[in-house]
Amino acid sequence: MTRWWWLGLMLCVGLPATVRAQAVNTIDPARSAMTFVATQMGVPAEGAFKRFTAKIDFDPAKLAASQARIEVELDSFDSGVAEVDTEVKTKGWFNTAQFPTATFVSSALKALGANRYEVAGKLTIKGRTRDVTAPFTVRQDGRAMVFEGAFTLRRLDYGIGEGPWSDTDTVANAVQIRFKLTGTGKK
Amino acid sequence: MHRPYAATAILLHWLVAVLILCGAVLGLYMVGLPLSPAKLKLYSWHKWIGVSIFLLAVVRAAWRLTHGAPRMPEATPPWQRGAAATSHLLLYVLIIAIPLSGWLMSSALGVKTVYFGALPLPDLLAKDKALGDQLKLVHQGLNLTLAVVVAIHVAAALRHHFVDRDDVLHRMLPFVRPRPRG
Repeated sequence: MTRWWWLGLMLCVGLPATVRAQAVNTIDPARSAMTFVATQMGVPAEGAFKRFTAKIDFDPAKLAASQARIEVELDSFDSGVAEVDTEVKTKGWFNTAQFPTATFVSSALKALGANRYEVAGKLTIKGRTRDVTAPFTVRQDGRAMVFEGAFTLRRLDYGIGEGPWSDTDTVANAVQIRFKLTGTGKK
Repeated sequence: MHRPYAATAILLHWLVAVLILCGAVLGLYMVGLPLSPAKLKLYSWHKWIGVSIFLLAVVRAAWRLTHGAPRMPEATPPWQRGAAATSHLLLYVLIIAIPLSGWLMSSALGVKTVYFGALPLPDLLAKDKALGDQLKLVHQGLNLTLAVVVAIHVAAALRHHFVDRDDVLHRMLPFVRPRPRG
């Protein structure tokens, strides 16, 4: 009978965490996307990062306690052009051998009204950390929450594309990052 | 004395000729380059030249259809008239088809064409690598055909000028009047 007593205790301790309203812990990769739009010679070049993880604790009623941590595997860069995908892994670009991950850690959340929010945080790529803010929307998809938004970063802030590639007339400095993160819906 | 081509026709002819030469030289040079900012620039310039040729080709075709062309010298044998008409038609078809094939190829390979970096052209094809590779062969094949037809076109013009000693070349040259008939 001792085992049942332990189970009861675990349930009591675990329950408050599991019933907390709309907390999302991990994301469902199949229903999430991390895409980018760079510009070369005025031509928008779209692509995606195929592998990333996110841990999001979001409660509209407790924004101060809400937080997110997103990690993107830079090796999973996919522009659809093999020559480009190989190039961006090199030292002058992402240097993925030394810096395999881009990390975003939220620091503050702000409600903008009508299911719109703004997250501020620190984005670290290639060992360089910069402040970023991104507006996003939140909607419910079944039991899962869907976070969708976009922001623009300056690639040279992170040393993405050094040497001859730092010429912004060819590859623009501004790169738009779009994200769609769908929670697993597990509570 | 034969009527020369109109100034508009002469201007369009040489403009397209110069653009074709630039586009071809750029195209042959750029494909072998390793990925670099210079390569991206050259590809864009090549595409802008191609779009320009296409637009000028459409204007030229419209001009030709509405204005016609000067008549051939009386002495021209029928086979030469036939050859001239065929090669001219082929040239018109090619200067329209080659930029089109490049544009379609670019779309299929997933790279949009943005004229002068400012005017985006619609993608007529969805991204499809295999189709893009096939269109690359079409683009190359059409260009090879163009090279052959242009070679014949130039050879014929030079033959008229230096062998037949008529005014066929003269009537397409800017700034000169047709040579007096001897």
